[in-house]
Amino acid sequence: MTKPFFRTFAGAMALGVGLLASQAMARSDITIAMQLEPPHLDPTSAAAQAIDSVVYTNVFEGLTRFMGDGSVVPGLAESWEISEDGTVYTFTLHDGVTFHDGTTMDAEDVKFSLDRATAEDSANAQKALFAGIESVEVVDPLTVRITLAEPNGNFLFNLAWGDAVIVAPESIEGIKTNPVGTGAYKFAEWVQGDRITLERNPDYWGDQPALEQATFKFISDPTAAFAAMMAEDVDVFDNFPAPENLPQFEADPRFQVLVGSTEGETILATNNKKPPFDDVRVRQALAHAIDRQAIIDGAMFGYGTPIGTHFAPHNPAYVDLTGLSAHDPDKARALLAEAGFADGFETTLHLPPPSYARRGGEIVAAQLAEVGIKAEIINVEWAQWLETVFKGKNFALTIVSHTEPMDIGIYARPDYYFQYDNPDFQALMATLNATTDPDERTRLLGEAQRMIAEDYVNGYLFQLAKLGVAKAGVQGLWENAPTAAIDLTAISWAD
Amino acid sequence: MLRYALKRLISLALSLAVASVVIFAVIEVAPGDPASFMLGVNAQPETLAALRAELGLDVSRPQRYLNWVSGMLAGDFGTSYTYRTPVAQMVADRLWVSLPLALYALTLSTLIAFPVGIYAAARRGKPGDLAVMGATQLGIAVPNFWFAMMLVLIFAINLRWFNAGGFAGWDNGLWAGLHSLTLPAIALALPQAAILARVMRSALLDILGEDFMRTARAKGLSRRQALWRHGVRNALIPVLTIIGLQFSFLLAGSIIIEQVFYLPGLGRLVFQAISARDLIVVESVVMLLVFAVITVNFLVDLAYAAVDPRLRSRT
Repeated sequence: MTKPFFRTFAGAMALGVGLLASQAMARSDITIAMQLEPPHLDPTSAAAQAIDSVVYTNVFEGLTRFMGDGSVVPGLAESWEISEDGTVYTFTLHDGVTFHDGTTMDAEDVKFSLDRATAEDSANAQKALFAGIESVEVVDPLTVRITLAEPNGNFLFNLAWGDAVIVAPESIEGIKTNPVGTGAYKFAEWVQGDRITLERNPDYWGDQPALEQATFKFISDPTAAFAAMMAEDVDVFDNFPAPENLPQFEADPRFQVLVGSTEGETILATNNKKPPFDDVRVRQALAHAIDRQAIIDGAMFGYGTPIGTHFAPHNPAYVDLTGLSAHDPDKARALLAEAGFADGFETTLHLPPPSYARRGGEIVAAQLAEVGIKAEIINVEWAQWLETVFKGKNFALTIVSHTEPMDIGIYARPDYYFQYDNPDFQALMATLNATTDPDERTRLLGEAQRMIAEDYVNGYLFQLAKLGVAKAGVQGLWENAPTAAIDLTAISWAD
Repeated sequence: MLRYALKRLISLALSLAVASVVIFAVIEVAPGDPASFMLGVNAQPETLAALRAELGLDVSRPQRYLNWVSGMLAGDFGTSYTYRTPVAQMVADRLWVSLPLALYALTLSTLIAFPVGIYAAARRGKPGDLAVMGATQLGIAVPNFWFAMMLVLIFAINLRWFNAGGFAGWDNGLWAGLHSLTLPAIALALPQAAILARVMRSALLDILGEDFMRTARAKGLSRRQALWRHGVRNALIPVLTIIGLQFSFLLAGSIIIEQVFYLPGLGRLVFQAISARDLIVVESVVMLLVFAVITVNFLVDLAYAAVDPRLRSRT
């Protein structure tokens, strides 16, 4: 009788010790929830941000990369030299980098990746990033020379995008379901509709990250997101979809709330070619009719930074121009009267699905009604928005967040959906692209911000906030989102 | 019996043909180009054209319809625009969640509804019956996603007996799989059980008024014996109809519940595909669901004939 008892007892003891030991050590796995599931895992052939959230810097790396603060640092390229005239970039690659399938990453792969992105039949969603590339030459296995048609001050920044990561010809066939990159994490499993699992890459060329395994789960419903976090089914929620619930997490010691900024300038986009919006006075009236803070409070529960131009406030080159379009209904009415619309007019407002647009749109419509502009709200799905508003330019007003980083250049494209055609601005952008001196670039960017703010091209509302919720012990999460990414290499659990 | 079955079969085929035209037309008419959705706002025109060609979107609509239907007849449901995997495989994966969930919910709802319905019918007009009628009225009125949220609040967030959502996968064992489907199944089952219990009750009450029930009592059966031996069996026909309809509803209609519990089922697949303009997935899955609903109805028709000999001789 004593022996089995002893054995059981010893077993229980061992189990107890084991539990203690595992509790003392920091956890090495993490479950991260996001709202949307990636359609596939090739960041170089789709616009879906969910793809980058999973694979950017984790599975795939580019020559340069973004850090959490938005800076661009060397990635697979160890260093580079830029020719005097700014058109030839010579990159020196890291030695000893291999893809997850064991093949070596060298200059040939870089040439392959960039040629693939610029090719005639390329499916790259951001092909414009590579537009200036004239040729990519392999100098030796660790040296690549890229020649540009003209100087491009943004080139290193462009190469940091998820659309510019380095892929291998050996594994490109299956990239959509079995991505093979050079990153610190290898793709392990994808149960479609449910989760994607990544595992640490023991052969990684850089420092070994803290986490061994990461699981991405897809929870689109805001109520379900709240429940999953509260029940501690997931450790982190990237971009939490229900801002109204954040105070509850803030009050709970089990959780931390991270409020940061994204690259999303949320604007009341205006069709500059469609009367009466072709009259700058009418656009200025729109700007003064809007009370940004009321929209931020009402639609975003107070999260978001007011903007007065199309530029991210966390960028060092940002100029605060909100004063140019301060809330002033009387002035708006006066401007409308001056433009011949003393009694106001009727127009339409297209709203895509995100809550910033649907909730924000109701408030904007009410504010416009106050100065006599009756905006009929038309709710549309994304596909419809792209078709009618973006491609067809068949709209008057719409609310949308422009999430691409540093995208003020879209104002230099007269055929872009809001149809702002100003040769001065186009010339300014050309000068900016040819300038590499940082101080001069900052000055030119400031000038550009002011020009579009003074032309009241669009109604500038607010910078979309990034709202993250995580368990208290998680550290190293990006607070801001300079690009869509969940950088696992920086994440660890507190002991 | 054979002629009856054949007639039903022909009407089944016709319904499917009509459904395919309606589905294709409705889904294709809605504006929105899948290629521009996938490539976003900065895509160049030639990139879009290349992708459209790759997806087979560059041919005319009638031609696309023919390709789709002939593919389906050959067992090929096409390849998802966004996921780039065969639709048939995606559906098969998702069915492993949706089908067990529907069956689980149907079992629960039947297990609840039968005793409750019979109890209420046996105690017609008494407090027990009134309580059942009140509770089932509430069960019908309250939407299932609200039930779902309440269940999550109580059993996942407060008591921690279940996860708030997600599916553990059958690889981890039958118990783990069933455990993760329990809350969604209950949420789906309760409103269905309420409907079914009321149908059971009223069907039984109709039967209880029939002459043969009086005969059964007259030949010496007790109230209880008569109810079970002659009443319940005869009340099964309307109940079977409802169960058939409910199964179709549970299979096709769990979209919201699958969202609330983020289950990787068919409903979620359709939901994702609709918002991504993954037309081929939407068309094929809806077609499959129509096929499932029509087939279930066909089987229910056959089941009537098996339960009720009068139907066989009439046709």
